Amino acid sequence: MNETLSKILGGKQGAIGLGILAALILVLLPLGLDPFRLGLVGKYLTYAFVAVSLVLLWGNGGILSLGQGIFFGLGGYAMAMFLKLEASDPVSTAIQSTPGIPDFMDWNQLTALPWFWEPFKSLPLTILAILIVPTLFAFLIGYAMFKRRVGGVYFAIITQAIALILSILIIGQQGYTGGVNGITDLKTLLGWDIRTDSAKYVLYYVNAALLIGCILLSRYVLSSKFGMLLLAMRDKEERVRFSGYDVSNFKIFIFCLSAMISAIGGAMFTLQVGFMSPTFIGIVPSIEMVIFAAVGGRMSLIGAVYGTLLVNAGKTMFSETYPELWLFLMGGLFIAVVMFFPNGLAGIYDKYAKKVPFLRKLSEESPKARKAETVLVETKEAGVKA
Amino acid sequence: MFDYSMAEIGNIVVMQAFSGLSLFSVLLLMALGLAIIFGQMGVINMAHGEFMAIGAYTTVFLSRVAETYGIVNYYFLFAIVAAFIVAFIIGYIVEFALIRHLYKRPLDTLLATWGLSLVMQQIFRSTFGAKEVSAVLPEWLMGSFQPTPDIDIPINGVFVLVLAAVVTLGVFLFMFRSRWGLRVRATVQNRVMAGAVGINTKKVDRVTFALGCGIAGVAGAAFTTIASTGPTTGSLYIVDSFMVVVFGGAASVLGTIASAFGIAQAQSILQFFMTSSMGKVATLMVIVGILMMRPEGLFASKVRK
Repeated sequence: MNETLSKILGGKQGAIGLGILAALILVLLPLGLDPFRLGLVGKYLTYAFVAVSLVLLWGNGGILSLGQGIFFGLGGYAMAMFLKLEASDPVSTAIQSTPGIPDFMDWNQLTALPWFWEPFKSLPLTILAILIVPTLFAFLIGYAMFKRRVGGVYFAIITQAIALILSILIIGQQGYTGGVNGITDLKTLLGWDIRTDSAKYVLYYVNAALLIGCILLSRYVLSSKFGMLLLAMRDKEERVRFSGYDVSNFKIFIFCLSAMISAIGGAMFTLQVGFMSPTFIGIVPSIEMVIFAAVGGRMSLIGAVYGTLLVNAGKTMFSETYPELWLFLMGGLFIAVVMFFPNGLAGIYDKYAKKVPFLRKLSEESPKARKAETVLVETKEAGVKA
Repeated sequence: MFDYSMAEIGNIVVMQAFSGLSLFSVLLLMALGLAIIFGQMGVINMAHGEFMAIGAYTTVFLSRVAETYGIVNYYFLFAIVAAFIVAFIIGYIVEFALIRHLYKRPLDTLLATWGLSLVMQQIFRSTFGAKEVSAVLPEWLMGSFQPTPDIDIPINGVFVLVLAAVVTLGVFLFMFRSRWGLRVRATVQNRVMAGAVGINTKKVDRVTFALGCGIAGVAGAAFTTIASTGPTTGSLYIVDSFMVVVFGGAASVLGTIASAFGIAQAQSILQFFMTSSMGKVATLMVIVGILMMRPEGLFASKVRK
C-alpha cells in the first residue's frame, strides 16, 4: 500500500473497519430490507453526513456546534428549490393565478419568482450553491467568532441561536420559503422521476457512495499534519498559538469543511425523501445530530455512521410502539453517553477488542485505537486546568 | 406603521413597552438563575427552562388545591415560595447526581442537561397531560387600570414586574451582602485558594446551582400569571434567556438586567410593527451581530482569562 492510500484508509484496521461498513450499507442492507425500510436507512445515512462532520469539528477540533442543522438545511433547501422549480413548470401549474411559480408562492399572492430563486433553475448552479452557500455562511460565522477567540460554550450557544433565527425566518417568510410545511411535492430530477422504487435504489447508492467518500476525505484531512494540529488545538490551544500557528484559521477551515459535508447530506436528504422543511434546521434536530456522533464515538468517523443508524432505528422503533417512552430514552441516552461512555461505541469497541485475540492483533498494529484512550485522558487533564 | 396618528403611536408604544416589561420580568428571572450558575461554574444549564416549568406546574397544582378549599385569594404568595423550594430541591438533587461529575467538561454539560430537559418534559407530559394548563388567579391579580382612556395596563404585569424587582434585589443582597455570597464570589475568583481558606467549594457549587434553579422556579410562578403552561413552555424561553446572559456579559447582575430589558423591549415593540416572527428574528439577529463584534457582552467582567 502506498503512503497516501494508507493514510486515507487509516491503516489496516481502518481499511477493515471501512470495508465492513461499506459491505453493510452497500450490500447487506439493500439485500435484507424491503424498499420502504431501505428508504428509511437512506434517510438516516443523510444524517450520518452531519455526524461525520461533527466528528471532525467536535471530536477532533473540540468545537461544539449546536447549529449543524443550519448547513444540513441550507443544502437541503438548495436542492429542494431546484426540484420545486422543475415541478412547477407552466403546464402543470396552469390552474394557478400565476402559472410557472411554485404553488406556495401562488397561495401567498406572489406574482413573480423572487430573485434569489432564479439561480436554482439550473442544476450546475444548484450544485454549486449546495457546496458554496453553506460553506460561505460557515466562513462568515467562523471568521467573526474565531478571530475574536470566541469558543467553547459561547460558540455553541451562538450557533444554536443562529439555527433558531434561520428556522423562524423560514417559517415566517411563507411566500418565499414554503413556511412551516417546507418545500413539498418534489417529483423529478431533470425529467427523471425520483419517486419510483428503482430511482430510490439509485439514490440510495449515490448517497452511500458519497458518504464513504466524505469519510475518506475526512480521514485524509485528519491523518495529515492539519489533523495533528487540530487535536493539539483541542487539548492545548494556547500552546499551539504560542508555537506560532494561527489557531483561528484552522478552526475556520474545519468549520467550513464540516458545513460542506453537512450540506451534501441535506441535499441527498431532499432527493431521497422528496421534501425539505424547517423542522430539520432548528435547535432540536441540530442537537440530536450531536448525539448521533456522541453515541458512535466522537473520535470515530465510522462510529458516527453506526451511531446515527442505531439511534434513528431506535427512534423509529420506539416512536412506533411506545411514543411516550422515546423521550425518556433519548434523554437518558444523552446523559448516559456523556457520563459513562464519552467515547461512544468506538470507545467500547476499543476497550473490549483487546480481549478477543483476533481483534487484539489488529488493534496492536494500528496507532489509531490507542489514540482514542489517551485523548480522553488528555481532555480530562485539560479540563482541570481550564 | 404610518396608518396611525401620532397620539395613537404614542399609546401603542406605551402599551407594547408595558407588555415588553412583563416579558422582561420573566426573562430577567430566568436569566438571573442562569447567570448565577454560568458565572459561578461555567456551566450552561439547558434544562433551565424546565426548572421554570416546575415552578409553573407547582403554582398550577397549588391553585387547584386552593380552589377546592376556597382560598384562591390567598394562596399565590405561598405558591411563589413553594415554587422556589420545589425547584431548589430538584436542582440540588440534579447537581448532586449529574452536574458535579461534569464540571471539567463544559460542552458535555450542555448535552447532559439537554437530555435532562427531554426527560423532564416527558415527565410533565405524563403527569399533567400534553395540553396547556393555567392557574386560577386570585381576583386581586386580574383586571387592569387605565391612567388615560386609551392606555390599558394589566395588574398581573405590574405584579410580575414588582416580583422580578424584589427577587433581583434579593439576589443582589445575597451575592454582595451575605456571608454565603462572599463564599460564592471567592470560589468564582479562585477556587483553589477558596478551598485553602476553608470554604467548602463543593457545597458552594451545589447551593449556587440549586439557587439558580429556585429562581427559575419563581420565574415559573410569575409566568403563570401572564400565560398558560405546557410541557414545552420552558424550551420556548431558553434561547432567549441564554442570549440575555451572554449579551449582558456573564457574572454581571447589572448587565443581565440591562440586556433582559433591551431584548424584551426590542422584541415586544418590533413585534407590533413587524410580524411576530420577524420581530423575534430581527432582535436575535441584532444580538448575534453585536456579540460577534463584542463577544464579551455589554458589561464584561474585568477578569483576564
